[in-house]
Amino acid sequence: MRHLLGIEGWRREEIETLLDRAEAHLPRGSANASVLQGKVVANLFFEDSTRTRTSFEMAAKMLGAQVLNWTAAGSSVSKGETLLDTVRNIEATGPVALVIRHRSSGAPHLVAKHVRCAVINAGDGTHEHPSQALLDAFTLRKHWGKLDGRTVLIVGDILHSRVARSNILCLTALGARVVACGPPTLLPVGLKELGAEVTTNLDAALPQADAVMCLRLQLERQSESFFPSTREFSRLFGLNVARSEKMKSGALVMHPGPINRGVELAPAVADGARSVILEQVANGVAVRRAILEVCS
Amino acid sequence: MSAPILFSRGRVIDPRSQVDGVRDVLLRDGKVAEISEAPLQVPGAQVVDARGRWVLPGFIDLHVHLREPGEEGKETILTGSRSAVAGGFTAVVAMPNTKIVNDSALVTELVLSRARAANLCHVYPAGAITKGLKGEELAEMGELISAGCVCITDDGRPVMSASLMRRALQYSTLFDIPVMVHEEDLTLSGKGAMTEGPTATRLGLAPIPSSAEIVMVARDLVLLEETGGRLHIAHISCEGSVRLVREAKKRGLKVTAEATPHHFTLDDTAVGSYDTHAKMNPPLRLRRDVEALREALADGTIDAIATDHAPHGILDKQVEFEKGINGVVGLETALGLTLALVHDGVLSPLKAVELLTDGPARAFGLPGGHLGAGAPADVTLVDPEVEWAVDAERFFSKSRNTPFNGRLLKGRVTQTWVSGRLVFSDGQIKESR
Ligand SMILES: [Zn+2]
Repeated sequence: MRHLLGIEGWRREEIETLLDRAEAHLPRGSANASVLQGKVVANLFFEDSTRTRTSFEMAAKMLGAQVLNWTAAGSSVSKGETLLDTVRNIEATGPVALVIRHRSSGAPHLVAKHVRCAVINAGDGTHEHPSQALLDAFTLRKHWGKLDGRTVLIVGDILHSRVARSNILCLTALGARVVACGPPTLLPVGLKELGAEVTTNLDAALPQADAVMCLRLQLERQSESFFPSTREFSRLFGLNVARSEKMKSGALVMHPGPINRGVELAPAVADGARSVILEQVANGVAVRRAILEVCS
Repeated sequence: MSAPILFSRGRVIDPRSQVDGVRDVLLRDGKVAEISEAPLQVPGAQVVDARGRWVLPGFIDLHVHLREPGEEGKETILTGSRSAVAGGFTAVVAMPNTKIVNDSALVTELVLSRARAANLCHVYPAGAITKGLKGEELAEMGELISAGCVCITDDGRPVMSASLMRRALQYSTLFDIPVMVHEEDLTLSGKGAMTEGPTATRLGLAPIPSSAEIVMVARDLVLLEETGGRLHIAHISCEGSVRLVREAKKRGLKVTAEATPHHFTLDDTAVGSYDTHAKMNPPLRLRRDVEALREALADGTIDAIATDHAPHGILDKQVEFEKGINGVVGLETALGLTLALVHDGVLSPLKAVELLTDGPARAFGLPGGHLGAGAPADVTLVDPEVEWAVDAERFFSKSRNTPFNGRLLKGRVTQTWVSGRLVFSDGQIKESR
């Protein structure tokens, strides 16, 4: 048993071993479909996320596990129960793994210090979203074979993005160069220490990229004045059709979903030939099967 | 009267008189009677053999939270006093942000009467600047001062209104007391959970820029210059603030500042993987800020070491980092952490002692802080050589929230004397019956 609290702390070989295992979980793969037969995986979603929850649920069921789906809505959390109380109650039912989504950065780390089963971070606050990064890396690896020497450009709200943090750590660990791009207000200090290069000039960065990963823009950030309007954001940092034509031939477009169509990504680009967005979703289940297998 | 007390042949360090050497110190009738280079012979005196010990003025902490009235589960004036004397502090200034705010003589009197009942260290209450700490209307400063408050502060909160802060400074000139300020522009700190920097980015925690402190220091220095009064900056934590204070002092403004052991010892990396024991306000800053604080302690820009002793229960800390309550207990680790600066060559022993004694006494105009004839008989004895590991379970404080648990420190308080009475000796509190 081990935890997946973040990409931080995982070595390249460990990541690669996990991605190799995910290969075996692809349709027509060779993986044993019943390694979690008779076991329980608990999905604890303190914050809504249909996509990630469904993906973990499918992965667990395909391994033969029972899934306990717990959501914060209507639970005792709204009556003031602490995170640790909630988790201890669920742990008492005997799951092999807790899959946790929480709006506070570090919540899975707190839980991991107090439970005996595996803790899998399904996204914590603005910290990490490791399973997303692993499925992104997996998707790129399927296209490129290996990531060494490739450049991945991550565009948008880096400051609030757990996807960005996990991807910077994961992709650089696998040998890629990562460039983070967005308005200065949405670029946190210390990205270099995480391993990324930083730019505010999308048009200059775009032609160098082998893949462009657009992040979902949280529209409520506009009211906090991180940027003047979604219109202006889209003009400066949106991947529209004209911009996508400046990309290298063969360069890929990615998005963790759900997309604000026409804001960070033009519909024609999202659905275009470069887009691997639906592959990301499909690969997500295989990667999460591998995660559950490795961690349980 | 009780017998005179003679500390014999200890290393006496008294910054106010610039004494640092082997001396005898005689206490008589609750006052310091004499410091003597030659051994004293005093018939009938109780002799304390102080060889190998440092004999120091009792420490003064300008910034503690005793939690009473209102949150006695975290600390009381009695348990806080025990913690103080165990740490060598003979006087503490109690912050007014208790559950029942000290914004009236009634509360001040309650604090004073509980302190008398505890009868361990001197407890000086601080009154609120604004009623209920709401930042809207001035509290009755005159009433608070005459009831016994030694300064006014809304500590824990800034006075966001510049015009109200201006009036507080203006009005305080009636009483010549310091206005102590927690410097934080709330629009800049926002929902931040730790200082802005690579660690906050790595952990995905909302950042607090150091400008949140610096702009308020700048604002208040401008107001101080315009109005007069005395400004005391609580728990100064970053390089930019230190620079402003240094410059203001050079220009002759009446500004003093304190720094806490946690801010001059730890940087933001102490948050590690979401350790709520490293959560405090102001947050732990970057390494360069720690260096700037150390420099400012050495060059006199910072006047006092204060602990901001802030007891909290375990349930306040065993939560998501964002939800964790700010603060650390500090009275029992302050000396060891201060001496670490001596061992690191940052401070001389004389300067280190000054920051715990004479510096705070002068900043607030308090009695004590020195061993001159006529000073209160408040004395702290230190064994400078003993090495010990911090064990939070053994704190005299009711709370255990410290990021220093397990840390090895060198130098420990062996005895504390308040008004000529032994109140702490070799790990035991000596309560009067
Ligand atoms: Zn305080």
